[in-house]
Amino acid sequence: MTLAAAAASIPALSQAPPAPATRFVVVLDAAHGGDDPGAILKEPSGASQPEKSITLALSVHLRSLLAARGISVVTTRESDTAVDPGRRAEIANRANAQACLSLHATQSGTGIHLFSSSLAPAEPARLIPWKTAQAAWVTRSLAFAGVLNSALQHTGMTVTLGRTALPAIDSMACPAVAVEIAPETGPETTSAQTQPVSPSDAGYQARVAQALATAILEWRSNASATEVAQP
Amino acid sequence: MIPRHQTVIFVVLLVASIVMGAVLWQLRARAHRRLLAGMDTTPTQAPLVAPSEQATLYFASDAENSLSAEVLSLPLPPSPNARARAILGKLLDLYAMPNAAHPVAGGAASVTQVFLLPVPDGGSAAAASPPGQTNAPAPPTPQMELPSGPQLAVVNLTGAFANGHPSGLETETLTILSICATLHANMPRIAQVRFLVDGQPRATLAGHADLTRTYLTADAIPTEGTHP
Repeated sequence: MTLAAAAASIPALSQAPPAPATRFVVVLDAAHGGDDPGAILKEPSGASQPEKSITLALSVHLRSLLAARGISVVTTRESDTAVDPGRRAEIANRANAQACLSLHATQSGTGIHLFSSSLAPAEPARLIPWKTAQAAWVTRSLAFAGVLNSALQHTGMTVTLGRTALPAIDSMACPAVAVEIAPETGPETTSAQTQPVSPSDAGYQARVAQALATAILEWRSNASATEVAQP
Repeated sequence: MIPRHQTVIFVVLLVASIVMGAVLWQLRARAHRRLLAGMDTTPTQAPLVAPSEQATLYFASDAENSLSAEVLSLPLPPSPNARARAILGKLLDLYAMPNAAHPVAGGAASVTQVFLLPVPDGGSAAAASPPGQTNAPAPPTPQMELPSGPQLAVVNLTGAFANGHPSGLETETLTILSICATLHANMPRIAQVRFLVDGQPRATLAGHADLTRTYLTADAIPTEGTHP
């Protein structure tokens, strides 16, 4: 049993409400990995690619875009390794991040799906349960999702917003959003393309990463402009 | 020269063989018909004596990431547990249809049981608690009358359904929300829903959506023009 799993059964000592951040840190969580391939996505060529590879490629791409803009990035995995959901949240919470993105890919639906935690918003407290640590951050997570939505829609992508119960996100003490890339059939798909663009397409991933980086930069500037203290 | 009595015996035996063959052929055909009759693979056998009632089903759409309500007429049994199972069975049957807006294989047979229990004390506070922290009472028998008040529905799905469910945040979330919303729309006392797979707790439905949580049905009903 991991430390995170053990902590799940008892109210855990969460990090105390932190002081205003001096450093803007982003956590990128490439979902799945190791013996957990996630969804298996079929490409138009007939080949298939596991979700874990797509999320890792997107994480690497986004990390380099953010690092080039002077943003500190913490990733939950850098290779094809299995990472427990509790461990992912632990990495994010230790980083004292101002934005956390959980990256996913799917064959279902179209466009980009943005999900925030479905936990009910709660007041920050010194002691919060590990499994519902995100409750104190839901309001800011929804605001972060709004910024991501604007940036993605600005590039012409189809975006849907929703709430979900995702174990890794629910334990994160930071503004956290799960980004799920689905096949693209929106305006960006040219008329010459008869097949939807697969999430494994490098060009599609690059456009998504660019839009996410733009959104994170805006989120950073909003945070410094308003000097909103974290909950 | 063959003796006459041997010819008679031969003819009698030949006729007897033909008759026995015909009888065996008839028995085989009868057994085959009986076997086919027992192999009715219809997912849900509608209760013949139950009158049709109107039921509201919340259908998910992957393309729109939304739930929409539709009223259908279904024969529903009087027992609350069986009624809840029949409604969910119809919902999953329609998801298993070709060209469904939210395609999920399995059909009605994917719901093994639905148990209705009184919500433990601390109702909503326990909603997000991990398993083992809520002291749920033992499942009541179908004949047991539940006290008035909010109910917790425990939906037991088959492992085949969970293993065959498409993997993805959106699709898994929509399945769970449509089940919760459909239960609440038809049995308003159901305030919370928990999921089991083959009678056991399971971490996620197909790698994403948390199945260890207690879901509040009020959160699953979409308001007009919004996504879940």
